[in-house]
Amino acid sequence: MNIDEHDHAIEVTDLRRVYGGGFEAVRGVSFHVKHGEVFALLGTNGAGKTSTVELLEGLAAPASGRVRVLGHDPFTERAAVRPRTGVMLQEGGFPSELTVAETARMWAGCVSGARPPRDVLALVGLERRTEVRVKQLSGGERRRLDLALALLGDPEVLFLDEPTTGLDAEGRRETWQLVGALRDAGTTVLLTTHYLEEAEGLADRLAILHEGRIAAAGTPAEVTAAQPSRISFELPEGYFLGDLPPLAELGVCGHETAGRVVRLRTRALQRTATELLLWARHAGVELNGLDARSASLEEAFLGIAREAAASGAQTPGSQPRTKEHAA
Amino acid sequence: MSDTVTAPAPARTRAAHTTARGRMAALARAELTLFVRTKSTLVSAVFVPLALPLSVHSVTDRMKLADAGLTAGLVVLPAAVGFSLLFAVYSTLVGVFVARREQLVLKRLRTGEARDAEILAGAAVPAVVTGLAQSLILAAACTALLDLPAPHAPQLAVAGLLLGLALAVALAAVTSGLTRTAESAQVTAIPLVLVSMLGSGVMVPLELLPDTAARICELLPLTPVITLVRGGWTGELSGPEALRALAVALAWTAAAVFAVRRWFRWDPRC
Repeated sequence: MNIDEHDHAIEVTDLRRVYGGGFEAVRGVSFHVKHGEVFALLGTNGAGKTSTVELLEGLAAPASGRVRVLGHDPFTERAAVRPRTGVMLQEGGFPSELTVAETARMWAGCVSGARPPRDVLALVGLERRTEVRVKQLSGGERRRLDLALALLGDPEVLFLDEPTTGLDAEGRRETWQLVGALRDAGTTVLLTTHYLEEAEGLADRLAILHEGRIAAAGTPAEVTAAQPSRISFELPEGYFLGDLPPLAELGVCGHETAGRVVRLRTRALQRTATELLLWARHAGVELNGLDARSASLEEAFLGIAREAAASGAQTPGSQPRTKEHAA
Repeated sequence: MSDTVTAPAPARTRAAHTTARGRMAALARAELTLFVRTKSTLVSAVFVPLALPLSVHSVTDRMKLADAGLTAGLVVLPAAVGFSLLFAVYSTLVGVFVARREQLVLKRLRTGEARDAEILAGAAVPAVVTGLAQSLILAAACTALLDLPAPHAPQLAVAGLLLGLALAVALAAVTSGLTRTAESAQVTAIPLVLVSMLGSGVMVPLELLPDTAARICELLPLTPVITLVRGGWTGELSGPEALRALAVALAWTAAAVFAVRRWFRWDPRC
C-alpha cells in the first residue's frame, strides 16, 4: 500500500541520536503515528524513550534519519511546527518563584490562539492553586501544571514524556481520562511511559524500545500475541521433568524450573494445557499451583528484558514497573 | 494494520499567530517578576553599581587627572556606566541564564513558539532596563554633583552605551555556557569583571596607563564602550579613534553572538 506521508501526523525513519561522549541512545528507530491516534513509546529507563521524543519535539537534530511532524522537520522548520504541537517534558521547566497563574500567563503569551489559562488550569484541577508559587506545588501538581500548559494552544499533536510519573493513583486516572478525551476530540498523542497498564489502556498502538531500538511494535493485542503463553505448576512428589511427555510434543517452546515449580512457555496454550492435564489424569497426580495464562503486555515486556539478559546486555535497575510496583 | 481508518486532521480554526514582540513581552514580564523576587540579584544589580562610583570618586583626587585633561566627573561617569554594565547586566545575567537553564526553563521554552534569540532577550530585559536606568541616573547625578558639562558628542556616548548593553548580554550568555551551577555563576563572572575594571578604563582611565599597556587594553571588550562614553562627553575623540572604538566593540559583539549561537547550553550541565 502506498501511504502518503501526510496521512501521518508523525513519521520517523531510521532515526539515530548520538550524544557528545559517543553514546548512541537511539539506534535506527522507525515508526509512524496516524492523525488522531494515541501512540505509546514503552521502555525501561535508559531505553531511549526521552532521547527519541526530544528529536520529535525538535529540541535536537538527529545524527541521521528523518523526522516529520505534520509534514515538517521539527528542528529546521520550527516556526511551522511549534504553533501546532504541545509538549510536556519529562521534568519541570518552570521558574520556582513564579505562581501558577504567572507561569500560565507567561506561557500563554508564547502560544498562538491560547485558551484562557484559567480554563486549562481547571481542566487539570489546579484552579484553586493559581496563587501558589511553583516551588510550593507537590510533584504531582507540577506535572499537572505542565500538562495544562501543553494544552494551552489546543495542539494537533501532543507529546507527553512520562505524563503520570509522580502522580498518585487518582491523578493518574484523571490524566488518562484527559488523554482519552483529547483523542476523542481528534488530538494525536505521543506519550512515553514505563507503566504497562498505561500503554495498554491508552494507546491505539505502541512500540517497546530497548537499548535504542524498537523491540516490538503494533497494537497492544498484536504485541502480546507475539509472545508465548505460560503454564506453571508444581511437580508432584517423586516426579521429575523427564517423567512428563516430551515437551516438544506438548507444543512447549521453552521451559524453566525453580525447585519443584515448572514454567512452560507455549504458543498453543489450549493444546499444551490439554495434553498436560490428560497426562496428569492418566498418571493420577495432582498439579498443585496450576496456572495457565495468555501473554500480557507485561509478559511481552519481560520477554524482551529476558532476551536482553540472555545476550548479556541487561543493565541493572531496568526492570519494568508492573501494576504491583506502580500502585 | 489496515483496519484502522486514518482520521482526518481535526478541523481547527487557528487564531492569530503570536508575534516576536508579544512573546518577548510575556517572557520579559515573567522575568521582571522573578528579578524583583530574587533579593540577592536585586541588591547586586541595583545597589552595587550605584554605590561603587562613590569609591572611584574618593580616589580621583589622588590621580593626576589634570595632566591627562580629565576631571573627576569624566572619570566617575564612565566608571559608573562600566560598573552598571558589569554588575547590573553582565554578572546578573550570567546567574539568570544559568538558573533558567538548570531549572529546565530554557529547554521548556524551546519546545514552544519563542525563538532562541527571543528567549534570551526576554530573560535579559530586566537587567538591561536596570543598566540603562542606572546609566541615565548616574549621568544626571554626575552632571549635577560633579560639574560635568553637557556631552559634546552625545551620539558617541549613546552608541557606546547601547553597544555596551548588547555586548554585556552576549558575553553573559557565553559565560553561562562555562558555568555549572547558579552558585558558581558568581565565580565565573569574576574574570571579566576584574579585567574590565582594571584594564578597560573603568577604575583607571587608559590615559593614565603606560603607552604599551594602554594599547593592549584598548582591545579588551569593554574598553571601546568606556572610550566612547568618555569621548562623547569630552568631544575629544577624533573620527578615526571613534571608528576604531566602534569597530572593536562591534567585533567583540559579533564574536560573542557567534559564540552564543555555537556554544550556548540550553540543557542542564551534568
